[in-house]
Amino acid sequence: MTKLSRRGLITTGLAAAGLSGLGIAARMARKYGLIPPDHGGFYGAGETLTYASHRLLANRSFAREFPPSAISNPPFANEIAPPSEAFRRLEAGGFADWRLTVDGLVSRPASFSIAQLKSYPSRAQITHLACEEGWSYIAEWIGVPLAQILDEAGVQPQAKFVVYTSMEAGWWDSIDMDEARHPQTVLAYAMNGGDLPVKFGGPLRMRVPRQLGYKSVKFVNRLTLTADLKPFGKGLGSAAPEGGYAWYAGI
Amino acid sequence: MADSAFAPGKTAAFPALPKTSRHPLFVRATHWITAACFAALLVSGCEIVVSHPRFYWGETGNAMTKPLFKIPIPASRATVPTGYGYVLPDQNGWSRALHFQTAWILILTGGIYLLLGSAGYFKRSLLPAESELSLRALGAIAASHARFRRVDASPQGSYNALQKLTYLLVIFFLFPLVIWTGLAMSPGFVAAFPATVTLLGGQQTARTIHFFLTLALSLFLAVHVVMVARAGFADRVWAMITGNAVADRRNP
Repeated sequence: MTKLSRRGLITTGLAAAGLSGLGIAARMARKYGLIPPDHGGFYGAGETLTYASHRLLANRSFAREFPPSAISNPPFANEIAPPSEAFRRLEAGGFADWRLTVDGLVSRPASFSIAQLKSYPSRAQITHLACEEGWSYIAEWIGVPLAQILDEAGVQPQAKFVVYTSMEAGWWDSIDMDEARHPQTVLAYAMNGGDLPVKFGGPLRMRVPRQLGYKSVKFVNRLTLTADLKPFGKGLGSAAPEGGYAWYAGI
Repeated sequence: MADSAFAPGKTAAFPALPKTSRHPLFVRATHWITAACFAALLVSGCEIVVSHPRFYWGETGNAMTKPLFKIPIPASRATVPTGYGYVLPDQNGWSRALHFQTAWILILTGGIYLLLGSAGYFKRSLLPAESELSLRALGAIAASHARFRRVDASPQGSYNALQKLTYLLVIFFLFPLVIWTGLAMSPGFVAAFPATVTLLGGQQTARTIHFFLTLALSLFLAVHVVMVARAGFADRVWAMITGNAVADRRNP
């Protein structure tokens, strides 16, 4: 065997092993839910590597929690769209008529008032909220763990994502069940000791402290359990990828 | 000579000379991948900074906090008080996607480089000999640089001691630290490895250090390109592509 053909053989063998390895990896990744819904396109490889590595290596991790002395004063509320007529009516009524509806793959579709949400055991946490723009603040958020509400509604086993929708036009997002059932993922109705102010997303905001701020969608009034994100929006998992931002914002 | 440097036909006219490789293949490959990665990271990083051109120290910082310093440019967000009456278009989406995808390529490339380089290359080519590290020897190199005199390479065409120290600094300090401070801004990564940010003193501190490391790496790049140009741009670039400098072949 000449040197050249041996080299050729090794190269071909390595390439074949690499390709079949990639194929197996892709199948395994799909099976274990390591492929984000926005895995297509030029940046899909990076998004997938980040999401898969975080899920494999850091799934059980907790966002840092801080002492009360670390709370930012004042906190910074990012800009929001002008509220709709419907929202203003609800606000005028002290959000007494605000309802969080839970539908999709649940055994008991339900709706919850803010008072009902407050009747469940709450979780208070002082966490860091970092915006993709670069700024951040620390605040205390108090709310009901999303897992509690999911249990109330009875999630069907085939559900893989929680889609959450805002009353602010164009805002919706989704998280996988690992993130949804994480103890720090809460539906927050209070902040820094008082009711959640409207500019911070009141009366109800999703708080996902292991991901960037834009996953913590404001004015959440609907949760939909689903096995497939394709029917929602452009099928990329949330409004964020439609604007060029990552669905998984753990980076 | 420089004109012919990129013409393969010309170099083929010296077939009898022994092949002496100035740069091993893995160094050449990782060098250019890293160069491309750095370009992409720099462009996307600048775009990301434009969305909030203010820097802070500690854990938090935002438009209502006094910044450590700010860059006097307009921002791509209306919430940032820049003093300019207009807002630049938002380029943060693709910039972030490009930044993080490139960071993956850079980390994988760096890992391969460290793995292969530790088999002897670092010791052979980058670690200065003790004799090279005397103040007098280093001072002599610095002095001839200061007088814009070309510093001749040592006999085997290897790097001079200041060059070696600079490369070591870039490879084993600046790059690892810029990766570390980058990761220390990731909420998911920091949740898993909180020490990566608490050791630095906070997420905003990590961002600020990340910015200064980028400046340091950019300064290195600028000086590096100038020094390559002074040593013979086409020749050195050709050597970093093929492994052999044209000059080496003519004048072995």
